[in-house]
Amino acid sequence: MEAFTTHTGRAVPLRRSNVDTDQIIPAHWLKKVTRDGFEDGLFEAWRKDPEFVLNKPQYKGATVLVAGPDFGTGSSREHAVWALQNYGFKAVISSRFADIFRGNSLKNGLLTVVLPQETVDRLQKLVEADPAAEVTVDLVDRQVRAEGISADFELDENARWRLLEGLDDISLTLREESSIVAYEANRPSFKPRTIEV
Amino acid sequence: MGRTLAEKVWDDHVVRRAEGEPDLLFIDLHLLHEVTSPQAFDGLRKAGRQVRRTDLTIATEDHNTPTLDIDKPIADPVSRTQLETLRKNCAEFGVRLHPLGDVEQGVVHVVGPQLGLTQPGTTVVCGDSHTSTHGAFGALAFGIGTSQVEHVLATQTLPLAPFKTMAITVDGELPEGVTAKDLILAIIARIGTGGGQGYVIEYRGPAIEKLSMEARMTICNMSIEAGARAGMIAPDRTTFDYLQGRDHAPQGADWDAAVEYWKTLRTDDDAVFDAEVHIDAAELAPFVTWGTNPGQGAPLSARVPDPASYEDASERLAAEKALEYMGLTAGQPLREITVDTVFVGSCTNGRIEDLRSAASILEGRKVADGVRMLIVPGSVRVSLEAVAEGLDKVFTAAGAEWRHAGCSMCLGMNPDQLAPGERSASTSNRNFEGRQGKGGRTHLVSPQVAAATAVLGHLASPADLSDVATPAGV
Ligand code: SF4
Repeated sequence: MEAFTTHTGRAVPLRRSNVDTDQIIPAHWLKKVTRDGFEDGLFEAWRKDPEFVLNKPQYKGATVLVAGPDFGTGSSREHAVWALQNYGFKAVISSRFADIFRGNSLKNGLLTVVLPQETVDRLQKLVEADPAAEVTVDLVDRQVRAEGISADFELDENARWRLLEGLDDISLTLREESSIVAYEANRPSFKPRTIEV
Repeated sequence: MGRTLAEKVWDDHVVRRAEGEPDLLFIDLHLLHEVTSPQAFDGLRKAGRQVRRTDLTIATEDHNTPTLDIDKPIADPVSRTQLETLRKNCAEFGVRLHPLGDVEQGVVHVVGPQLGLTQPGTTVVCGDSHTSTHGAFGALAFGIGTSQVEHVLATQTLPLAPFKTMAITVDGELPEGVTAKDLILAIIARIGTGGGQGYVIEYRGPAIEKLSMEARMTICNMSIEAGARAGMIAPDRTTFDYLQGRDHAPQGADWDAAVEYWKTLRTDDDAVFDAEVHIDAAELAPFVTWGTNPGQGAPLSARVPDPASYEDASERLAAEKALEYMGLTAGQPLREITVDTVFVGSCTNGRIEDLRSAASILEGRKVADGVRMLIVPGSVRVSLEAVAEGLDKVFTAAGAEWRHAGCSMCLGMNPDQLAPGERSASTSNRNFEGRQGKGGRTHLVSPQVAAATAVLGHLASPADLSDVATPAGV
């Protein structure tokens, strides 16, 4: 997992609430066998509309999504996070995220930032008025900054540390290598094996 | 204070324990299939990681595999891609695979036990919720998500949050004609589809001890339908006898050491469960579902319930919606529900004993006109055993279709599906809307009820056949 310290980029305002994971990545995309290549499936239904915000040329290349409340509800599919990352998003800002989506995003290194709705509104207005405006998401100082806006956010210490260090669950467990080796050394010989090694 | 069976197995697998953190557990056996593994392998590849213990990992193809023309290329491109991806991944990472056409191929939860890989006191995981099946051996076995599959591949461990324990004690004896499937359907109807949430269930009591290993697997298989994390049954003589001599069972001195350990895998007398349920086996009867979740079931002799009779508003609403989807009316006798299709198979009821009992009812009888009956063995081994016993001939003589092994109509990922509005009696485990095909209507039943239903064309038990025809030689 890539470490996240601080990120600065242009932002897209997504003025919709209750965006569920089916809207983020529709079910028929789940048949894929890789973790990448989901970028075209991101918000697929909405992107058929040329007026949809992601289709506007001024927002091409944006890396921060400023979303409405209750982002990521519905099915637990991790593909929703992969789709956002594949498209190029590094951080999503909202006043409220669905729990499982938030868990999945932090596991995969996509920073989800919770800010008061009023601050989210100001950010959306700012990038609507000036699509070239840059937004900084600073995990070291736990702060979101943009022209005329500076807002602190909370993130639990463990999740923050893991993001800063770029540690996914597997790398964390691999730090316990010596405990695993010790356990393996004491396993009884009658335990089943699928192949001889 | 004493410990329960589940707690003993858990404690024996703790690799690391730290205050305020989930325990890190060692995994003895990791089963893989084509649907939930591709992204896990992809993740390993991206991170430059290996499969830590290929000797504790095994893969089979089951969910997508066709049950006809298995020597021809698979028509559906998505199914084909998933199978090809599994083959490529297993070859690249050195994982043992039993592909379509192999003699050990079959539904993952049938394959593990029949190879003797599923053993008492082991931890077993698979990216599939019905991994609970393996708990029948006194293993702690549960389904995991794709990220966890990757975690186990890379580390052979899993960080896991603690569970609660529930005892379901089944006293007395199952009456003649009542099977393990009827028992588990009755249990789910009693405790509800959320009744087991957060719990590992231990099934115990005289009626459970009397069950064969295959019947125990049927019970543990559907623990997940009660919402439980896992289901378990303490290993005993029946378990040891089933295992002895199987390909991967311990041998010689290892066997003796294993049995000695396995005998300690019992809930201590002074252990306390977080919840207890008691069932009287003598009160049970053949059970079928009428609704769209496995908890919406009733004895075959009952009628479709009236949603208005439910006090709980959400249950009432669920019943109303279920009746509408199922095309049933309140008060209709369950026995009068006619079916188009009968499916015998799946990891719930696709083993040899299941096929034997269905065959014993079909022997000398005919599947009713207009009813299609599919018999899909759970594995190639089961299929070969059935053929050796001549069961396939009984099925085809009765007018049923004898198919190749796989998940098949249990979830309809392959071409075996219900058409919209079609109704089935199915020995599988899920009657969710669309599970067996878009718009399909499913009644969960035992293999015996499935066979009797196929003969009569409406939901029925073998007892209903007595006045129809007496098969020759029975
Ligand atoms: S038979 Fe059905 S329940 Fe069992 S593994 Fe296959 S799809 Fe899942």
